[in-house]
Amino acid sequence: MHSFEPDGTRDEALFRPIEQTTRKFWITVGILLAIILFAVVMFVRQLYYGLGETGMMQPVTWGFYIINFVFFIGISHAGTLISAILRITQAEWRRPITRMAEVITAIVLAIGGLHPIIDLGRPDRLMNVFMFGRLQSPLLWDVTSISAYFAASTVYLFLPLIPDVALLRDRNKKHHWLYDFLSWGWQGTPKQWKVLHRAINIMMIVVVPIAVSVHTVISYIFAMTLQTGWHSTIFGPYFVVGAIFSGIAALFIAMIAFRSAFHLEAYLKPIHFQQLGKLQLAMAVIWTYFTFCEYLTGFYGGEPAEMKTLLYKLTGRYAWLFWTMITCNFVIPVTLLSNRKFRTIKGILVSSFTILIGMWLERLIIVVPSLENPRMPFPHHIYIPSLTEISLFAGALAVFALGFTVFAKFFPIISVWEIQEGRQLGTLETTERVSAYLPDDAVPHA
Amino acid sequence: MSRWGMVIDLDRCTACSACVAACKVENNVQVVSATESERGRRMHWIRLLAEEKGTYPETELAIQPNLCMMCDNPPCTKVCPVHATFVGADGLVGQIYPRCIGCRYCMAACPYTVKSFNWNHQDPPAEMLPILNPDVSLRPKGVVEKCTFCYHRLQAAKEKARAENRPLRDADYQPACVNSCPADAMTFGDLDDELSPVTQLSRSTRAVRMLEHLGTQPKVYFLERRDAQL
Repeated sequence: MHSFEPDGTRDEALFRPIEQTTRKFWITVGILLAIILFAVVMFVRQLYYGLGETGMMQPVTWGFYIINFVFFIGISHAGTLISAILRITQAEWRRPITRMAEVITAIVLAIGGLHPIIDLGRPDRLMNVFMFGRLQSPLLWDVTSISAYFAASTVYLFLPLIPDVALLRDRNKKHHWLYDFLSWGWQGTPKQWKVLHRAINIMMIVVVPIAVSVHTVISYIFAMTLQTGWHSTIFGPYFVVGAIFSGIAALFIAMIAFRSAFHLEAYLKPIHFQQLGKLQLAMAVIWTYFTFCEYLTGFYGGEPAEMKTLLYKLTGRYAWLFWTMITCNFVIPVTLLSNRKFRTIKGILVSSFTILIGMWLERLIIVVPSLENPRMPFPHHIYIPSLTEISLFAGALAVFALGFTVFAKFFPIISVWEIQEGRQLGTLETTERVSAYLPDDAVPHA
Repeated sequence: MSRWGMVIDLDRCTACSACVAACKVENNVQVVSATESERGRRMHWIRLLAEEKGTYPETELAIQPNLCMMCDNPPCTKVCPVHATFVGADGLVGQIYPRCIGCRYCMAACPYTVKSFNWNHQDPPAEMLPILNPDVSLRPKGVVEKCTFCYHRLQAAKEKARAENRPLRDADYQPACVNSCPADAMTFGDLDDELSPVTQLSRSTRAVRMLEHLGTQPKVYFLERRDAQL
């Protein structure tokens, strides 16, 4: 069935960014490194002086770092989960998208996973988590499921990369040792193809429950406490939906960025954006539904402590952020994505940016207002992030961009063999599959 | 085994803050600068919370001391990832400073907002050094701390009882805040001792526990004000 040989001489456009280094590449890397360096300096200062360098205080003991932790881990769902769903459902339009999605996951997960550590008052005692870890703490569930997800998604990124690495090995003199090592002796024998396909099939099933568990237990960090606005049963699925929602937005931005930077218009066609846009629209509606459920039940019950936090968000100090979030996550994306006229690449780019802003605000609106409204009449303080926190946020974004840029320098950002497989086998398979759905007499005579 | 608890009579409390000062000195609680205090980093193991009740003109200022409630079912110990906060054998909620990783999850989980975090390095001014209590360790930056019911005093009382070859009794020790209360508003003792004053008072019809509906089962009771209008 899979007796096809990827052709290293076709699809030059996908190899070109690896083999030709432009000045633009070095400028990008330089700028990103400068931002990262600044963030590192700020972080070292924080290590030296303590968390007093942040804007956190009592009672708002969690701020930007935890917000960004939830946000980045959320984005990581772009990847593996979406790519797995598209593979499982045999969506043929997945082929130019899956690689980028998987790369997002691996990079963002590493960034997100670091955030709880930079948030620690004593990062030097991190090993205590492993030496004295107590499984009853939701933080331990996080450590467990994020490490599992990181392991699974790097494997899931690497497996479909092998045939492409082998193509690069056979083409390139540069970095030959690297590609030789990473291709794991890939020769493209029928047996190797069989094993590879089976491994990918196993992994795509395995990553789905792991991915769902990751954002579920992140929501449990909040939901397991008794705080107002956090202690909610729908937090698990609400967070997962939000994660996929923001993940697709990040994926869109990556697709559009690489499409224009690498001139991949032939590979990433408007149809791909249209299709993924429909999935994004569905997530926007589901997210809005969950938000509605969450706030309506709190409001209708009207428990005084709960109401205080809720009104603080809806009409109080956080109202402008809350309604911006609703605009960014519901009004703009649903308007743009539900209308064929606006579901263009430009429209999708706009809605992706608003969704990322809106989902970041959602994390902020979950974390901070609850802490600013403790149940006891504690002196009120407003959380304002410090320069340290803002520069570490910028640094995290820069690490993401740099990771993507460096990956694209070494590996094809679109899976070459999967595109070629689609050309040679996908079209035939699809014809056969559709024929199989129909009454037997409709089978075309071969 | 004793179950140490406290009753605070809000009718007697004059909000004089003697308990706050006594606690701060007794437990070497970090004194922060004025700017840090403004930013919400001031540290107390016991503090007075003020709440304006009612709507103008019918308002009333309700003041209550706020300290670790020593819950029997504490939300903070459940979430600690490293067993740095725990319910000890004598029912008191403890905090191990050298183990705490400073994730502040316990602070986020505590519905009473009684835990404090060392945002900055503790650098007591030279004049403070001679008056630091040698029985209580200074906490490094980056760890969480809270009221211990003056556990060092309990340790001393235990040692004394052992030396005198007798079991620990109700009146063997008092935390510094209870000691210093000029209005006798605070009563401390063994809640398992039927005859102790603290047990008697905790059964008063005026006795309430904060946020009792959350099921945390605090061991600090408050006697409500008789003259409270609102």
